[in-house]
Amino acid sequence: MNITINGDAASIEPLSVQDYLIQLGIDPRRVAVELNREILPKGAYPGTALKEGDSLEIVHFVGGG
Amino acid sequence: MPENNDKLVIAGREFDSRLMVGTGKYADFPQMVAAIEASGAQIITVAVRRVNISDRNKESLLDHIDLKKYTLLPNTAGCYTADDAIRTCRLAREAGLSDFVKLEVLGDERTLFPNNEELLKAAAVLIQEGFTVLPYTSDDPIVCRRLEDLGCAAVMPLGAPIGSGLGIRNPYNLRIILDTVKVPVIVDAGVGTASDAAIAMELGCHGVLMNTGIAGAQDPVAMALAMNLAVRAGRLAFRAGRIPMKLHANASSPLAGLIA
Repeated sequence: MNITINGDAASIEPLSVQDYLIQLGIDPRRVAVELNREILPKGAYPGTALKEGDSLEIVHFVGGG
Repeated sequence: MPENNDKLVIAGREFDSRLMVGTGKYADFPQMVAAIEASGAQIITVAVRRVNISDRNKESLLDHIDLKKYTLLPNTAGCYTADDAIRTCRLAREAGLSDFVKLEVLGDERTLFPNNEELLKAAAVLIQEGFTVLPYTSDDPIVCRRLEDLGCAAVMPLGAPIGSGLGIRNPYNLRIILDTVKVPVIVDAGVGTASDAAIAMELGCHGVLMNTGIAGAQDPVAMALAMNLAVRAGRLAFRAGRIPMKLHANASSPLAGLIA
């Protein structure tokens, strides 16, 4: 199925947000996730299945002033 | 010691250091860590950006920061609308599990001056949502008062444009702001060297926030220590109460008992 992640199109197998983050090599504790422009609380990552057309934003902290 | 018990209090939280520093523009993480350490800062700013999905090998900022030692202050740098800034703050809270945010809503890429209309709009929403909002603002006493009225935990007027190093361009406005609001006044942006930080503190400002002034110096770790000392020196001088300025001389040695 097709989703959008950080503005780019991606084709993935059906899976949860938690599993997708792990597959990408991202530590779920170190990021924040927006699913279709709504904040997804960390506790909801394992129980949230990605669906066709979903849009994900995955952000983290970087150096800044 | 005169510095004892002189805490900076923001939204009920106490800090010994009045210098806040950024984490951007360093050559590498070890240099950043050494500079933060030398600065003595307890509050450090970070930016919120998309994770690079295609290149996962890059080190993470948080691998280098002791979260027990430092309070993270995520910023909304690069946001030009209230909506983008609000969205960034919500993400920052989820990523960092703290409700402190440095709210900045920019008006223009060339000056990076704040868009105060959008800033006020964003501050109102974020305060409703329980955020502790520290807004980067123009050195405008009326805007600062409105930010305080909305419930901002501090106001952070600029000393000069971000990254300019021009120093404290309008000390009189800062004095009027200090006279206008009761929340802490933290000079954010424009500091180029130690004397700029000392001037801000001597005026009575409660703190100084900087990034480029340290990270852009030839020796960032040495400059971080200089800023640490300058903020403390300026604060001590403010509390000590300076002598009035006089046009003419006033001898330091007694006039009585001269030999001639």
